[in-house]
Amino acid sequence: MNDHTLPFAITLDPGSSKQNHTGSWRSERPVYVDRLPPCNHQCPAGENIQGWLYHAESGDYAEAWRALMRDNPMPAVMGRVCYHTCETACNRGKLDEAVSIHSVERFLGDYAVEHGLTPPVDAPPSGKRVLVIGAGPSGLSAAYHLTRLGHAVTIREAGPMAGGMMRFGIPKYRLPREVLDAEIARILAMGVTLELNTKVEDIEAAFAEGFDAVFTAVGAHLAKRTEIPAHAAGRILDAVTLLQQVEMGEAPQLGRRVIVYGGGNTAMDVARTVRRMGADEAMIVYRRSRKEMPAHEFEAAEAEEEGVLIHWLRTIKGIEGADFTVEKMVVDADGRPQPTGETEVLEADTLVLALGQDVDTTFLTRVEGVQIAKDGVVSVDAHMMTGRPGLFAGGDMVPAERTVTVAIGHGKKAARNIDAWLRGGVADPAPKQELAAFENLNTWYYDDAPRSVQAQLSLIRRQSSFDEVVEGLTEETAQYEARRCMSCGNCFECDNCFGVCPDNAVIKLGPGNRFKIDYDYCKGCGICVAECPCGAIRMEPEVD
Amino acid sequence: MLRQIEGSQGIAEAVALCRPQVVCAYPITPQTHIVEGVGAMVKDGRLTNCEFINVESEFAAMSVAIGASAAGARAYTATASQGLLFMAEAVYNAAGLGLPIVMTVGNRAIGAPINIWNDHSDSMALKDAGWIQLYAETNQEAADLHIIAFRLAEELSCPVMVCVDGFILTHAFERIDTPTQAQVDAFLPPFSPVQMLDPDDPYSIGAMVGPEAFTEVRYLAHQKQVDALEVIPRVAAEFQAAFGREAGGLLRSYRVDGAETVLVALGSINGTIKDVVDAERAKGVSVGSVCIGSFRPFPLAELHDALAGAKRVVCIEKSLAPGLGGMLASNVRMAMRGLTTPVLTVIAGLGGRPITRTGLTEVIRAAGADALDDVTFLDLNRPAIEAQLTRSAGLRESGPIAENLLKALNPGLVRRVSPRKEAGQ
Amino acid sequence: MTDDTPQKVRFYQTGTHTVGNRLMDEAARTVQASPDRSNAITSGHRACQGCGEALGARYALDAAMRASGGRMVAVNATGCLEVFTTPSPESSWQIAWLHSVFGNAPAVATGVAAAMRMRGKTDVRVVAQGGDGGTTDIGFGCLSGMFERNDDVLYICYDNEAYMNTGVQRSSATPPAARTATTQAIGPHPGNIFGTGKNMPRIAMAHNIPYVATASVADLHDLEAKVTRAMSIGGARYIHIFVPCPLGWGSASHDTVKLARLAVESGLFPLFEAEHGEVTAVKKIRHQVPVEDYLRPQGRFRHLFREGHEDRPTIEAIQRMADANIRRYGLVEEDAA
Repeated sequence: MNDHTLPFAITLDPGSSKQNHTGSWRSERPVYVDRLPPCNHQCPAGENIQGWLYHAESGDYAEAWRALMRDNPMPAVMGRVCYHTCETACNRGKLDEAVSIHSVERFLGDYAVEHGLTPPVDAPPSGKRVLVIGAGPSGLSAAYHLTRLGHAVTIREAGPMAGGMMRFGIPKYRLPREVLDAEIARILAMGVTLELNTKVEDIEAAFAEGFDAVFTAVGAHLAKRTEIPAHAAGRILDAVTLLQQVEMGEAPQLGRRVIVYGGGNTAMDVARTVRRMGADEAMIVYRRSRKEMPAHEFEAAEAEEEGVLIHWLRTIKGIEGADFTVEKMVVDADGRPQPTGETEVLEADTLVLALGQDVDTTFLTRVEGVQIAKDGVVSVDAHMMTGRPGLFAGGDMVPAERTVTVAIGHGKKAARNIDAWLRGGVADPAPKQELAAFENLNTWYYDDAPRSVQAQLSLIRRQSSFDEVVEGLTEETAQYEARRCMSCGNCFECDNCFGVCPDNAVIKLGPGNRFKIDYDYCKGCGICVAECPCGAIRMEPEVD
Repeated sequence: MLRQIEGSQGIAEAVALCRPQVVCAYPITPQTHIVEGVGAMVKDGRLTNCEFINVESEFAAMSVAIGASAAGARAYTATASQGLLFMAEAVYNAAGLGLPIVMTVGNRAIGAPINIWNDHSDSMALKDAGWIQLYAETNQEAADLHIIAFRLAEELSCPVMVCVDGFILTHAFERIDTPTQAQVDAFLPPFSPVQMLDPDDPYSIGAMVGPEAFTEVRYLAHQKQVDALEVIPRVAAEFQAAFGREAGGLLRSYRVDGAETVLVALGSINGTIKDVVDAERAKGVSVGSVCIGSFRPFPLAELHDALAGAKRVVCIEKSLAPGLGGMLASNVRMAMRGLTTPVLTVIAGLGGRPITRTGLTEVIRAAGADALDDVTFLDLNRPAIEAQLTRSAGLRESGPIAENLLKALNPGLVRRVSPRKEAGQ
Repeated sequence: MTDDTPQKVRFYQTGTHTVGNRLMDEAARTVQASPDRSNAITSGHRACQGCGEALGARYALDAAMRASGGRMVAVNATGCLEVFTTPSPESSWQIAWLHSVFGNAPAVATGVAAAMRMRGKTDVRVVAQGGDGGTTDIGFGCLSGMFERNDDVLYICYDNEAYMNTGVQRSSATPPAARTATTQAIGPHPGNIFGTGKNMPRIAMAHNIPYVATASVADLHDLEAKVTRAMSIGGARYIHIFVPCPLGWGSASHDTVKLARLAVESGLFPLFEAEHGEVTAVKKIRHQVPVEDYLRPQGRFRHLFREGHEDRPTIEAIQRMADANIRRYGLVEEDAA
C-alpha cells in the first residue's frame, strides 16, 4: 500500500495515538514504594524476612541464606528457638494462616550448614580492635557483625563453652548442640578470637590493653530466690544451675517427683528436661492462671503433651520433707494472684526454682560513668553505649525483653553503633518505611494455601530422650511455605500493574528490575494500585 | 453470444463475467432473479472463486460487501426499493470508505403504500450517498453497465450503483449479447485495491473525523465525482472499442439539434421517448431528447451543451420530491447556468404506471404550446383526487381546541388552509 | 519416626492469579505479562480513566493475536471503543482494523472472512467486536445472521451494560434497578425495570455455534484461555466480556477490575463455556460475596442504599438473580456451598 493513495483522514497509521500524551489528564500519580512488611517490622533481630523469603521462593536458598545472614548470624538456631512474633504480625494470618517463617528460616540455616556456606567479610580491615565480653547470642552476633565490618574481635567468655543461654538455658530437644556448635564455629571461622574460661573483671584494664571499644553482653545468670519455710526439705535447686549441669553432664539425682516453681518458658524447659531425665512426675506450680503465664502457649502445651502436670493458681507455702503445702490463689481484676487461705499438699522429692534471673553487674560497678538501673540492669543510650565512652552493652543485661532474638538484634545494633563510633560518627539507621498493612493488599490474587505443619517426634521419644522434638521442613515444603509469603509492600514482579493498566502506561524493566510508570500516558486511574497484590504502589497527588 | 434471455439473467451473467469474489444476496422484488442467477452459477461451478452469501437483510448484504471489499475482494450485491432504504446507512458508509462495490438497484417504488412496481423513488432517495449512479436504458445496456461499473468503481475507489428499471428491464426477455470471458478479462483487470485490511500492513480504516477535517473529506468525495466526469466517457469509449457497442457514458442526446422542446429522462423510458420523438419529428414537431446515463456524477457541462439550443426542457421523472416536484428537473436546472430556458417537470410512471406514447405526445404538445405547468402529473386521475380532497377538507378542522373555537366564532380571522384551493392556484 | 506423615504438598505460587509471576513457567503466564504482547490498542487513546473496555479489548485482542501468530484483522462496531481509539488523525490500533457503522460489525466481519478465503489468505483470522448496544440491540440481527451461517468469525462483546458513548442510556444489557439516563432513579420503581433484558450468551448458544464463552477483565487467565480456545476453532464463535465503566456506573476509576471481580464472585456474572449449545465448563466462584458488595460502590445503584432507606426488597431481588445463576451453573463448590 502506498501512503499517498490512502484516503484522507479516515485511514490512519497504526499506533499514531502515541502523539497524544494523555498523562496531562492526571490529578494523581501512582508511585512504586517499598512498604515495611509487618514481619520485618516486628522482628527483634531486624531481619528482612520478606526479602529472604523472596529468594527462597525461587529455590535460591543460598541467596536467601545470605540475605538472612545480613542481619542474623545464626539462622539454624533462630529458626528453632525464636518465638517468632513475626508470625503473629504476618498479614497472611488474616487471610488463612501466617507463613511459618521460622520453619523456613530453620530450613535455610540447616541448608547452609549442610552445604558449608560461609558469609563474606565485606569491609576492608579497619585496624580497630573490639573486645566482646560474653559468648552468648548477643556477643556472638556483635562479634559477627563487627568482623563483617572489618574490625578485629576478641570474645572473652567466663564459662567453658560458647553459646550462653542458647547452650545453658535451652534444652537440647529444642536446640540440638551440633546445630549450635556449627553456627558458632562458622562465626569463629571468620577470624573471631574466642577466649574461654576468661572472666573479665576490669573494663578499664581491657581498654588499656589496646581495645578500641568494648561490648559487654554477659547475660543474666543469677537465679532469683524466694523465701519458703522449709523443714527437712528435700533438694532445692535453681533452674539455671540445673540446666547448666544437665548440659555439662553433671546433673544431680532429682528423684521420682519434681516440682518446678514458676510459669515462664524456663519453667517449662526444666519440667520437660526433668521428664526426660526420668522423673515420673514433673509438676509445675504457678501462682497465676494459664492466661497470665509468661511462657508461650505452645511450650505449655508441649510440656503437657509430654506428661508435665501444671498446677495453676498455686503458691508454695511450706515444705515438710516431701510434702509441699500449696495455697490456692485467685486472680483479681488486675491479673494479680490473691491468696484464698485454702491449701492442699503435693508430694515431691525435688523443687526447682524457675523464678527468673538477675544480672551480675559487679564487674561494672567500678567503671566510671556506667549507671546501673535499680532493677540491676545496665543503662545504655539509644546507641547502646553506656556512660563510659566506648563501652557498649546489650543482651539480657540491658533493659529489654530477654530472648535470643532480642539478644541477636542487640548484637547487630551494637556492632553498627560501635562501627560508627570507631569511625568517629554516629550510626544513622535508615528511616522506617510506612508499614504494609493488610488493607494495602489485594489478596484475591493469592491462592488459598494452608500452612505447612512441621512434624514432631513421637511422644514416647519425647518423654525419654533429648532428641529434637520438632522436625524441619523438606525442601519442597520449605519452598511451598516461602511461596505462601504475600511479599507485603514489596514488588515481587507479578506483572499485575503491567497487565491491568488500560493505558499501557507501565513499562516492564525485565527480571529483577521491576517496573516504571510511563507518565506520558498514565491517566492516574489507580487500577495498578488497587490491583497490586502486595501494596507496592501508592497514589500521590499530582503537583504542577 | 446473442440470446433471448431475461434482463436479470443477462445482468447475472455479466456480473459473473466480472469475476466477483463475494456476492451477498437478500431477496426483494424485482432484483431477486439477478442474485438467484449469480447464486446458481456459483453453485454449479460456472462461477468459481466466488463466495455467495445468503444474508439476513439488505443492511447485512451491504455490510458484508463492505467487509469483503475492504478486505480486498471484488464485491457485488443487488437490491431494490425498501431494501435500498434498509441498507441506507451502509450505502453511505461504503462510499465514505471509498470501497468499489457494485450494486444493482432494480428500481421500484417505496411504500407506504407498499408497491412492488417500477419507479425511481429508491435510487433517487440515495442519489447523494456518494455512489456513482448509472441508469440503464435497455437490457443490453443493463448487462454492459455492470462490466463498466466494476471498471469505474475500481479505478475511482468509489462504489457504483447500476439502476435498472424493475420489471421493465429486469423481467423482460430481450435479445442480449453476452460477451466472452476473455473480452471481459481484457477490459476489466483484477481488483487492485488502494487500501485493504491486511495484517502485514495494519492500517486503521474508518476513523472518526471531526469538524477540523470533515469538510475536506466531503470535498474529496465531491472531487472524486467530478473526476468521474472525465473517467466515465473514457471508459465508455473503451467499452465501445472493445465490445463494439455503445454503453454507459454521461448522457446520450437524440435529435436535439434545433429542437425547441427537449425531453430529459433516466432509464428505460428513453426508448419510448425516442419513438415519440421520431413520430413527432415526422409530423414536423421540433423535439429531441436526452438520456442521462450518469445521474451521479451529474454531467452539468455536457447537459448544458446538449440543452443550449432548446426553448424548453421537459423532464420526464419517475420519482416525486413531494413539496417540490421533480429531482431530475432540479438537477437539470443546475445545468442551465446562463440560460433562461424553462425546465419543466412531468411526474410519470410512479409505482409502475405505464408511460404511454399518447401521454408523452400530449406532454410534447402542451409544452410546445407553453401550456405545461412547472410540475405536471402525467395521466392523473383528477376526479379521484378531487373527491378525496373534498372528503379530507372536512377532516382538516381538527387541531387545537382554541384555534377551532376561533374558527367557529370568527371565520374571517383565521386563514383556512385548503389543499384544494392551494392546488388550484 | 514421626507421628504424622508429611502432608501432601500442593505446589502454590506466590500470587497464583496474577498477570504474570517470575516463578511461573513462561508458558503459564498470561499474554499480558509479556513485553512482546501485541498491544493491539496502544497508549494515547482517549478512553476515560480506568476504562474497562480499553482493558478488555487489549486483553482479548492480544490473546487472539498470539493465538493467530499475528495473522488477524479486527472489525469494530461504532461505540466507545471505536471513538476513543480512532479520532482522526490518531489511531491507537496496532492491528489491521476496520470500522463501518454501529449495527453491522458481524456482517462486515463475514465479508472480511469471505474475502480472505477468496483471496487465498486462509491463515488470516477475523475478530469482530462491539459494545453491548452494538451487540445485543442494534447489531443483533447481523450477529444472529453471522451465527446462523456459522461464518468464520470470533465476535467479542464488551459489555458495560449501557450505551456509554452516547451518555449512558439503557440497553438490553442494562441490569434491573440500574440508573441510566433513560432509566432514571426516580419514581416508585427507580432505575431499570425488572424482567427485561437479553441473555446474549444463551441466545448465542441457541444458534448451536461451535463456541460461546463469558469472561471478565478481573480474571485474565480465564479470559485469555477462552480467547485462545475460540481462536483454535473455526466457524462462528462468541465471547461476552464483562467490562465495568467508571463513567456510566458512577464508580471509582480504580475499582474497574474490582467490580468485575465482584460481579463474578457474587454470581451476577457467571463465567462459563459452551460448545454447540451445551455448557461444557464453568468457572467456580473462589470467594463468594453478597451482591451488595458489588452494588454498593456503584453510583448507578446508589438509590438502593440511601441512608435510612435501604431498598432491601430490590437488593434481595438482585441477590435472587445471583443465586439463580449459582444454581443454574453450579458456580459454588458443593462443599463450600
